[in-house]
Amino acid sequence: MGAIGQSLRRLEDRPLVTGRGRYAADNHAPGELHMRIVRSPVAFGRLRGVNLRAALAVPGVAAIWTWEDVRQVPPIDFRSPHPALEPFRQTVLAHDYVRYVGEPVAAVFAADAYAAEDAADLVEIDIEELTPYLDPVAEPPDFMPATLPGVRADAAVLRKGYGDIEAAFAQAYAVIELDLAVGRHTGCPMETRGAFASVDAASGVLTMDGTAKAPHFNRRAIAGMMDLPLEMVQFHEGHVGGGFGIRGDVYPEDVIVCLGAWRLKRPVKWVEDRLEHLIAANHSRDQRYRLRAAIDAEGLVLGLDAIIFSDQGAYMRTPALTVPDMACALLPGPYLVPAYRVAAHVRLTNKTPSGTYRAPGRYESTFARERLMDAIAARLGLDLIEVRRHNLIPKSRMPFDRGTDTLGVHVVYDSGDYAALLDRLMDHIKFPALRADLARRKGAGECVGFGLSIFVEKTGLGPADKALIEARPDGTIEIVTGAASVGQGIETAMAQIASEVLGVPIERMTVIHGQTDRIDAGLGAFASRVTVMTGCAVHAAAGALRSKAVEVAASVLKVAPGELSFLQDGVRTPSGTVMPLAEIAAYSLAAGAPLAAEGRFSVDHMNYPYGIHAAVVRVDPGTCGVRVERFVIAYDIGRAVNPMLVEGQLVGAAAQGIGGALYEEFVYDETGQPQATTFADYLMPTLAEVPAIETLVTEDAPSPLNPLGVKGAGEGGITGAGAAIAAAIDDALGRPGAVTRLPVTPVRLNALLTHSTRSTNYS
Amino acid sequence: MSDKTPIRLKVNGRNYDIVVEPRRNLADALREDCGLTGTHLGCEHGVCGACTVLVEGKPVRACLMFALQAQGKPIRTVEGLAERDKLHPMQQAFCDNHGLQCGFCTPGFLMLAVGALEAEPDMSDEDLRHVLSSNLCRCTGYQNILKAVRAAAKEMRGT
Repeated sequence: MGAIGQSLRRLEDRPLVTGRGRYAADNHAPGELHMRIVRSPVAFGRLRGVNLRAALAVPGVAAIWTWEDVRQVPPIDFRSPHPALEPFRQTVLAHDYVRYVGEPVAAVFAADAYAAEDAADLVEIDIEELTPYLDPVAEPPDFMPATLPGVRADAAVLRKGYGDIEAAFAQAYAVIELDLAVGRHTGCPMETRGAFASVDAASGVLTMDGTAKAPHFNRRAIAGMMDLPLEMVQFHEGHVGGGFGIRGDVYPEDVIVCLGAWRLKRPVKWVEDRLEHLIAANHSRDQRYRLRAAIDAEGLVLGLDAIIFSDQGAYMRTPALTVPDMACALLPGPYLVPAYRVAAHVRLTNKTPSGTYRAPGRYESTFARERLMDAIAARLGLDLIEVRRHNLIPKSRMPFDRGTDTLGVHVVYDSGDYAALLDRLMDHIKFPALRADLARRKGAGECVGFGLSIFVEKTGLGPADKALIEARPDGTIEIVTGAASVGQGIETAMAQIASEVLGVPIERMTVIHGQTDRIDAGLGAFASRVTVMTGCAVHAAAGALRSKAVEVAASVLKVAPGELSFLQDGVRTPSGTVMPLAEIAAYSLAAGAPLAAEGRFSVDHMNYPYGIHAAVVRVDPGTCGVRVERFVIAYDIGRAVNPMLVEGQLVGAAAQGIGGALYEEFVYDETGQPQATTFADYLMPTLAEVPAIETLVTEDAPSPLNPLGVKGAGEGGITGAGAAIAAAIDDALGRPGAVTRLPVTPVRLNALLTHSTRSTNYS
Repeated sequence: MSDKTPIRLKVNGRNYDIVVEPRRNLADALREDCGLTGTHLGCEHGVCGACTVLVEGKPVRACLMFALQAQGKPIRTVEGLAERDKLHPMQQAFCDNHGLQCGFCTPGFLMLAVGALEAEPDMSDEDLRHVLSSNLCRCTGYQNILKAVRAAAKEMRGT
């Protein structure tokens, strides 16, 4: 009924603009304790002891825990089983060894946050420092030499591929070799992590507020770790101040908060500070790519042979191998690449552990693949657009079997017309005129350049989702989902999908998410899955509700259901009278059951939106600063539920992508000390650095895998940003292949500019 | 560290008599002692601006000011922007222009923009951009924040 496709204002906004939001830190209860974590100050060492005497004397301290207090708690497990990785799981407090600066060693509980921090400062940790392992390309040492002898800090080697790679190289006209790297980044939501746990004295139920991303999984995991029956543990999601993949995994601190409330019989509140966030919440990216590509004389890639080194940091966290696995599976991207072989080495260094960050494995692999396309163009003297066009998978090959697996599913691109999107982008930016303008400016001495990148995203991870919907006599509709909100606007999107079916305006709808006591299952919000999976479940639920409404109305009116038709917000009889949905709900309730329905959606495959990022940059050779003058995102979403929200996702993601391309990086010194521990070191873009990002959202390739045709929007704004900006910097410098590493900081650019010889990246 | 001092904070036209340690920062005093949790802490080292409030009309990082320093000075927080059910033009403009996603940085941006525009209603676009680059947002990419503030500026000028 026309709600899908409209840029409706969000249902979420009013409490958020009036200061009535309820984020993790906004929870309070009488008698609450504040938790402060004492963290390892060194990157690698043998933990010899912890002295709590002075800390325990601080007024207000209720308890301080070390490993001895939590030794019966099992290590934090993965979201799906990986027996081979079990030795590398993190325990909630360190024992035997500390493996990164920031690792939790002790937990202080005190009546006041200031007192907890005072006491934490007085905890003395005795560590025998050892030489840290910081370069994942170097031979891995033992993970914990004395206690796990022979277990190397080499978590896994992932191998994927298809086609005859040897034959491809045997018939190659030329071989291109590249060595590329993407730095260590994180999502860095504006709200730091936090949690609030309490035990209801009457029911004995433990509740945690402040969960995010995957409340149902987290509840099950933590109940299991605490050996509590599932029904004794409930997780509630309040407002969440950004997620980006890194918030909402099961972290040591979440477990200790719950354990604290359970054992100390008082509510426990934990809110980390920004320094802690930057060294203890998941990092991501930090991959090195060694690519060898066999090409023919026209620039067609015949085979791609890749070795990836993934710097996982100190432990394997809940996403396990998700990031390198997706990098391996999706590296070939939108191109034919008939033969492919990849090996990814996942190494455990003495840095903050890693997890997923928006477009995990794709930001990195797109940078690598698109650098390769630029290198092929440079090597053969081809146009950077034409070389890509030559390699693109044509529409006639859809659905296209990529020949790889990831996240437990085979990768089959469901729909797409990549060449058409490239044409549309070229039209949008008036490419010949843009190029001429840049040539003119270059001629006038300006250091400006253009670059672009093409990518395939993956969204709508299954396998299944469900939603409950109820129409009430007061005219409102409640939709209960197992999804999670990280600020992306899911209430509005879900309500629009239900409104499309029911005709009820979204303002009369309430959308529940992240409440484990309201629905027994839910996967949450990750992998750009909510609009696709939860959205289709809501669509099914609304359809079932509509059928039920017709049945109830038919029995009330004593007519056959087939004589009635559902229209805007009610049921119409053949005589033209209308029974509103609210009235039908009242009849249903009076007859003993609410007017409610359940909807389910399941799917075997992910779907694959695709996009192109184009960037124009200006390099200042004096300061080695790079200004992004123009940034354009072309993205085919299949079908947009709310174009305003889609554009919001794309633009916001692009700003993060620009950050990763030019500013953001976790750097460590040679002793493993993190050098980026404040917002003065980890430089996120401000308005001054982000240009007016242009979006060209198309709906050329709806997904055939779901009834709405929708694909996800959460990640496609960031995926190609690093690659496009790198190419634009090359062009500005007039040195193809100059950029081999992100971010292109002024220091790195200065090194490039003072390097007298041309790049030697091409063999 | 526990010598507490009684102070009076004047927030959104109301007096709050609270007792705080000298080291307590204004953000914590507003959030924990006055119960005004709309002011958010994003970094506690003065970079992100999520905790921006108006003290004597000027945007201030509440994490970098001691509660004692704000004693007796008129303070405005996000809770004081709307008049009953009627949103301030800045709040309305953020809703109308999709100027927020997760909403965590939003109170800081609202106070920053309101403070700047009340002091200088005819601020140039360049100056506006400069002012808004004081705060961090991780969701929106800033474009809709800028759009919202431009729209509200017009509304506030009554043009």
